[in-house]
Amino acid sequence: MSSSELLVKIRDLQIDGIADETRSRIINNVDLDLHRGEVLGLIGESGAGKSTLGLAAMGFTRDGCEIVGGSVEFDGIDLVGATPDVRRQLLGKRIAYVAQSAAASFNPAHKIINQHAEAPLFHGMSSRAEAEADAIDLYSRLRLPNPDEIGFRYPHQVSGGQLQRAMTAMAMSCRPDLIIFDEPTTALDVTTQIEVLVAIREIVEQFQTAAIYITHDLAVVAQMADRVKVLLRGDEVEEADTRTMLQSPREEYTKSLWAVRSFERPQKPLAAKTATPVISLRNVTAAYGNNDPVVRDVSFDIHEGRTVAVVGESGSGKSTTARCITGLLPPRTGEIAFQNQVLPADYRNRSVEQLRQVQMIYQMADTALNPRKKIGEIIGRPVEFYLGLKGAEKRRRVEKLLEQIELEPSEFINRLPSELSGGQKQRIGIARALAAEPKFIICDEVTSALDQLVAEGILKLLTNLQEEMKLSYMLITHDLSTVKAIADEVVVMKDGRIVEAGPKDEMFTPPHHEYTDLLLSSVPEMDPDWLDELLKQRGADNLGDAAVSKM
Amino acid sequence: MNNVAMIISKRLGLGVLTMFMVSVIIFLAVNMLPGDFAQALLGQSATPEAVAAIRKDLGLDKPFYTRYFDWLVGVLQFDFGTSFAKANFSSYGGTSAAANFGTVADQIAPRFANTLFLAGVTAAIAVPLSLTIGVLAALYRYSIFDRIANISTLTSISSPEFFVAYVLILLLAVLSPVFPSLSNIHDGMDFATKLQKTMLPALTLTLVVTAHMMRMTRAAIINLLASPYIEMARLKGLSPFRIIVFHALPNALAPIINVIALNLAYLITGVVVVEVVFVYPGVGQLFVDSVKIRDIPVVQACCLVFAAAYISLNLLADVMSILSNPRLRLPK
Repeated sequence: MSSSELLVKIRDLQIDGIADETRSRIINNVDLDLHRGEVLGLIGESGAGKSTLGLAAMGFTRDGCEIVGGSVEFDGIDLVGATPDVRRQLLGKRIAYVAQSAAASFNPAHKIINQHAEAPLFHGMSSRAEAEADAIDLYSRLRLPNPDEIGFRYPHQVSGGQLQRAMTAMAMSCRPDLIIFDEPTTALDVTTQIEVLVAIREIVEQFQTAAIYITHDLAVVAQMADRVKVLLRGDEVEEADTRTMLQSPREEYTKSLWAVRSFERPQKPLAAKTATPVISLRNVTAAYGNNDPVVRDVSFDIHEGRTVAVVGESGSGKSTTARCITGLLPPRTGEIAFQNQVLPADYRNRSVEQLRQVQMIYQMADTALNPRKKIGEIIGRPVEFYLGLKGAEKRRRVEKLLEQIELEPSEFINRLPSELSGGQKQRIGIARALAAEPKFIICDEVTSALDQLVAEGILKLLTNLQEEMKLSYMLITHDLSTVKAIADEVVVMKDGRIVEAGPKDEMFTPPHHEYTDLLLSSVPEMDPDWLDELLKQRGADNLGDAAVSKM
Repeated sequence: MNNVAMIISKRLGLGVLTMFMVSVIIFLAVNMLPGDFAQALLGQSATPEAVAAIRKDLGLDKPFYTRYFDWLVGVLQFDFGTSFAKANFSSYGGTSAAANFGTVADQIAPRFANTLFLAGVTAAIAVPLSLTIGVLAALYRYSIFDRIANISTLTSISSPEFFVAYVLILLLAVLSPVFPSLSNIHDGMDFATKLQKTMLPALTLTLVVTAHMMRMTRAAIINLLASPYIEMARLKGLSPFRIIVFHALPNALAPIINVIALNLAYLITGVVVVEVVFVYPGVGQLFVDSVKIRDIPVVQACCLVFAAAYISLNLLADVMSILSNPRLRLPK
């Protein structure tokens, strides 16, 4: 390996974003070096310019972005000044791209293998038969099930983790010198994430491909990258090899990123056996239409002032359980009780008082807030509906709520949601739920769309509010570090059933149910050797879907 | 495929139901037209006895629901009744109205065949043309070509049909006589002559329908250009043409097919003006004439044929949209 040979050389790169006639700097004088066969991790929060920089290494900018200064060289070829033809000859052939969501980045109209063979055919690298044979070979190297057959399916017929591996195979189709991985596992469940990580790492090692690995997840980058570069709002914060960066970060910002994972509220003592639970689910089974149930015989209690985390992978029935509690989806059998009073199954039959007690905070604050209403109106509406306050009283109440969520009322009350950051929007979502003065709030993946620092702020706010108002939370999440941070009890769901339930401290100490064990052990840790150790322990064939289906 | 069969049979059922409701509406609407055939024929000075006699002869004195069911039963057997205008002569001849004179079906069938011929020729020109222009406009969006394509198609759709028709006659029949300005085709003609005679009305209609289809093609494609799979295609180094044709177009087919179906339906049902200008013997003219003389069976039959054309074309569009989408065609 001639590791000294420089493959990508970016110098003093400046990229502007142009929206509504105004320019803003997205990448600010960044340098980047990448040698052959090396993996560079790019980390930072959303808006840090990671993807923009990664794409710029391909000589590509998205619509609305423009390279205004600096240079990008790939193997001695100037990509900024190159003609579109020159760039097209490199793209797909010598530089390939793996996108965040394989489900969205595979064309739904064509079979996977046709999309795989497209680049080699178009660039004149091989015949169709050769390209297809190679695709099947890559599929089996990446341990996709039925490698001979899977490529002849359409993307929607293949699961998310498998598609992501198929996309990695597609990037390999021309044996490029460089692959840009743009958050390739962010959209996946933890157990699926591992198999994709292993696949990417193996294939990159086998073919000595250089890679830029973009992610906001530090633990993932610790497994994947030789060196790490930290970005903040378009500026480089620091760069070092992975171990140095993890052990002794120089800059304050990097240290703060590292510190996020340490937030943890101690578990509260168990509720007394005689206490009345705020919410209890009793043998709830629910289904959509006439299909098979997606929630089967689920029972658990949530007590005053406590947080119950419901964890599980996508499709395990977490959100459906929440829909049953709110009355949006009346359960097929079973019942839901509020302080031992059985609630009507359908929200339309519940009284305003009953509706008031159960509130919800949503995952995507972006879509959960009406973009045409001002913050004051968004929060004011439940204040008026549930508490009957009007005029000056209503305004005072809204101002009080804004103070509770740590936003200055005079500054925010007349703003539109579009004028807020992601974290601020999520705070408004919390205020809207609080406006009803409920006893119980369902938090549906409230932090999963947020950066880690911002997410930590939200979790702290939720904890404080719980202390003040004796609130009970049901926390739906697939992120076990969030569970560690604020839960008191944990309910683990799989295929609509509860596989394990108990106090948090017990859940995080062995022995576990084997599924809980799989979930826990699949969460990447900051230790760069974690993935190797895990592979040694479990073996490459016992990861992700394969491991789940063995249960 | 089971899934698709299910969707299609559901749509078919709905189509039949729609046809039934349309038949009720047609019957009600036609019967609410002021005046009736007897009065229209005999004029204002007719004696009430004479009017009553003709009404009895044609069955117009029966209650309207009886007439509706008589008509419906006939229609289900493809018997659209007898044209009043033709039946009338028989009543003068002293025989009953149901004598063996030309039925409505006999009257409409050749006209409808002509209408389909004109629509077919137009579609054969207009659909490939507008798809091509639409794809090219999407490919070279905001270029001179795109602008000219937009402006010219919009101009032709904004001009009245008869105006477009006369401009074409002036250019292609008078100034440089390529095509005849009269399109009086009949059964005895061979295909080539028929085609030549049909060309001017077909070109007129092409100019009228192209804008809509072309602009939908362009918009549906451009709408997809921001999708991640298009970015992926660009990052594979593919040529812009291949990206549009291979990656964007297949996913844009559903809205395009629907607009094409709407325009084809228009070609069958909405071409009266063009038929009049070119003296083309289509259903449109027959329809207008029949309304003028209150020839109710013909009017009803025409309406029904138009409705059937609309419904079946939309049904076809639905089915093709489903077939063009692998996610609907092959469920998980």
